[in-house]
Amino acid sequence: MSTNRGFVVERWTRLSIASSIAAVALLVVLALAPLLFAANIVDSLTTLFIYLILSVMWNALAGYAGLVSVGQQAFFGLGAYFAIQFSYYGISVYPALLLGAVAAGLLSLPISMLMLRLRSGEFAIGMWVVAELAHLLVALDPLINGETGVSMIALNAISPDDRRAYNYWMALVAMVGLLAVVFALLRGRLGAAVQAIRDDEDAAQSVGVRVLAGKRTIFLLAAFGCALAGSLWLGTSITFQPRTYFGIQWTAYMIFMVLVGGLGTFEGPILGGVIFFLIEYLFGETGVWYLVGLGAAAIVFALFLPRGLWGTIEERFGIRILPVGYSLRMFRSDFPPGGGAAAPDPQPSIKPGVAANESKAPPPVELG
Amino acid sequence: MTLLAVEQLDARHGLLQAVRGVTFKVAAGETLALVGANGAGKTTLLRTIAGAHRPVAGRILFAGTDVTAVPAYARLRTGIALVPEGRRLFAGMTVKENLLVAGAYGRAGPWNLDTVIDAFPLLRPRINSRASNLSGGEQQATAIGRALMTNPKLLLLDEVSLGLAPIAVEALYRSLEALIAGGATIVLVEQDIARALGVATRVACMLEGRIILEGNAREMTREQVTQAYFGLQRPRRTS
Amino acid sequence: MIWVTQLLNGVLLGGYYALLACGLSFMFGVMRIINLAHGDFAILSACLVFLIANTTDISPFIALVVVLPLMALIGWGLQRWMLERSLRAGMLVPLLTTFGLAIVIENGLFEYFGADTRSLAPYIGDFAYDSWAITGNVYIGYLAALIFALAVVLLGGLKLFLTYTSLGRAIRATAEDSDTAALVGINARAVYGIAAAIAVATAGLAGVFLAMRAVFTPYSGPEQLIFAFEAVVIGGIGSLSGTLVGGIVLGVAQTFGAQINPQGFLITGHVVFLVVLAGRLALTGLRGRGGIQGLLARQP
Repeated sequence: MSTNRGFVVERWTRLSIASSIAAVALLVVLALAPLLFAANIVDSLTTLFIYLILSVMWNALAGYAGLVSVGQQAFFGLGAYFAIQFSYYGISVYPALLLGAVAAGLLSLPISMLMLRLRSGEFAIGMWVVAELAHLLVALDPLINGETGVSMIALNAISPDDRRAYNYWMALVAMVGLLAVVFALLRGRLGAAVQAIRDDEDAAQSVGVRVLAGKRTIFLLAAFGCALAGSLWLGTSITFQPRTYFGIQWTAYMIFMVLVGGLGTFEGPILGGVIFFLIEYLFGETGVWYLVGLGAAAIVFALFLPRGLWGTIEERFGIRILPVGYSLRMFRSDFPPGGGAAAPDPQPSIKPGVAANESKAPPPVELG
Repeated sequence: MTLLAVEQLDARHGLLQAVRGVTFKVAAGETLALVGANGAGKTTLLRTIAGAHRPVAGRILFAGTDVTAVPAYARLRTGIALVPEGRRLFAGMTVKENLLVAGAYGRAGPWNLDTVIDAFPLLRPRINSRASNLSGGEQQATAIGRALMTNPKLLLLDEVSLGLAPIAVEALYRSLEALIAGGATIVLVEQDIARALGVATRVACMLEGRIILEGNAREMTREQVTQAYFGLQRPRRTS
Repeated sequence: MIWVTQLLNGVLLGGYYALLACGLSFMFGVMRIINLAHGDFAILSACLVFLIANTTDISPFIALVVVLPLMALIGWGLQRWMLERSLRAGMLVPLLTTFGLAIVIENGLFEYFGADTRSLAPYIGDFAYDSWAITGNVYIGYLAALIFALAVVLLGGLKLFLTYTSLGRAIRATAEDSDTAALVGINARAVYGIAAAIAVATAGLAGVFLAMRAVFTPYSGPEQLIFAFEAVVIGGIGSLSGTLVGGIVLGVAQTFGAQINPQGFLITGHVVFLVVLAGRLALTGLRGRGGIQGLLARQP
């Protein structure tokens, strides 16, 4: 329809082509980083990649599937826990870290069956309960020594320099891989489906979008991604303490990164992750005030800049670095756009008075 | 005396401009029937007058005061009550509660629980039923009664006969006639042109957001209105 | 005999959960908002009462007279300055902003009060541990009984208020359909403000009783939120009487769980919550009244 009116749909703008080339170049440099940079820089980058994974995964959940989870730390912790289990049963370190994430990702399937049937707020706290329960059950495992925790001893068998490089590469591959998966999903059918779900779940359902299947795919992906972040964290820190891995602060970080960067944008969470990394580097020492600041920033962004920094930049300047969305461009034609008969005529075909947002309202709840 | 004056009103419904430059007046004691096809902008116009919908441009004067910026809940206190399309009763509350909740915030006047029940005797046995358990006619009577409980000077009725059995429509219009005889000022949106012409003193026909025909109900023929309704007639105004 | 005692303790603990959950349930019922800072408001209130009791000789019960109106005011301000704007921005935004607020409150309290574990029990004298002996070895604590009674009175009172007063009807009408409520003259903004005030004040009340019967730290809020939420969901969302039932089920499950294993207190509670949730989804479909209350109720 839009082409009739003189527009073409574009994915690749000139900027997005240039930036895609730049991204490839950046990747090559990043891949060689352990050979080029000092140890503390490599460690910092590894941490940054883990934050980026968390940020992108949480954004996929909330920004695309409309699922606000305050319990993703369940998978973060479980990924690390299962990795310790696999390592304990003799699997070598790095395969164990990956398998730990896979196991936690698989476990998310039965969890999704219950959780995805809950609505917004119920889902949010429901996931929190799942995380608490996972924390308590993991702490019961004699292998973990309760809240004291345990070390992944096999990691100590690898020399620190090698370990640093392996961790780095694994985090890099994981981050790029997960970004690629999210990118592919968003460009495919699922992308359109989940965005329809986010905009109006009931309407999406009524036009035949398979709401539950779309949400489930994203949920499983986010569970696996967060679990991988958790096992990578274990790879860098060696020790596993249930309270740290299952802590609610991970959710606070994720919400901060996504809200500041831009909820529901592709590039936003990446920007948010980098900002969070810098803020933590600069202010992490201030402890409690730093956390107060994160919470306050999340409130301010949610209320006043709901599309985050990236969304605001995108809106104001109309730029798009990666070809994820679509843009409409007027095309030149010898014919007047649309022609006479097809002049846009907003003859209302739906009945006025049915407010568009009515369908979004949840079913009424009776009090008493 | 002019009770309601709408001047150059523009209102949007989403991206559509549902009401375009509408101007009309309603005198006290008058019944104006607003007719037009689905999507002509009648409901948006009524909701805008009631304050449930914010206009893009234009003014609404009520009893000489500009109420354009007054929110819906406060506009009710100046004496405008809307019976919304689809009735929109509070389904979990009883008939009595639906009536009382409106009575608590309206103006003082002759209408109270007893007088409303007297006006709509069919509600008497159902007074403690939940609104969700009522028949269509009972629901509509409750909706009108709820608006009356606020003792309005102007009653806006949106498609009150929609979805009712013929016998219920008959009963409803008898009640309306009694209201009109009692001196009420009413703006009525109605699909049934014959019915509208039967109770109204004046008729306005809307097409694509504009009033294209307006006149005295007695002087206008059903054909004129029908033609305007389907957009077969060039815009024209009588009286 | 130990099981009878535990059952009794569980029921009384359930009274505390009902008290705690009351505001959460009420706010969700009226505004469809789950306030993720609910538990932190409870702890904030406990900290304020502690501050008064600790620096003056004023009894915590009297300090409540000052703190509860303050909490109500905070609730009203919360609605006016945060939730109203959040609600306009979509269904998900209130979750994000209240979560952010929770982080701010917890860490702000930590900054001011430190990490110490505190209790109000020392400030209420014998009342903290006195009890009636029912039989030789079954006791009911004064405080636990008071909390239970308060929960029943509060939930019952709220129900009566919603049914029989003009303001209560306006609240119910707004909860059902705020657009139409405006058309009958109800100022939804004011109603939401009152609802938030009631919700936060009752959270504050619960927080003070938590501090009397147990201990708390600035980071106790999230756990209280989870307990409150579990009680609400077990009892059926939006139902005030269900909240009492839900609180009792949770309390009994936890005390029985604790009897089996020291870690069992929390685990059993969470498991019962998930089982009820699964059962409710399987039996009553996707939405609407659910939980045990939904199964027992005669209504469709």
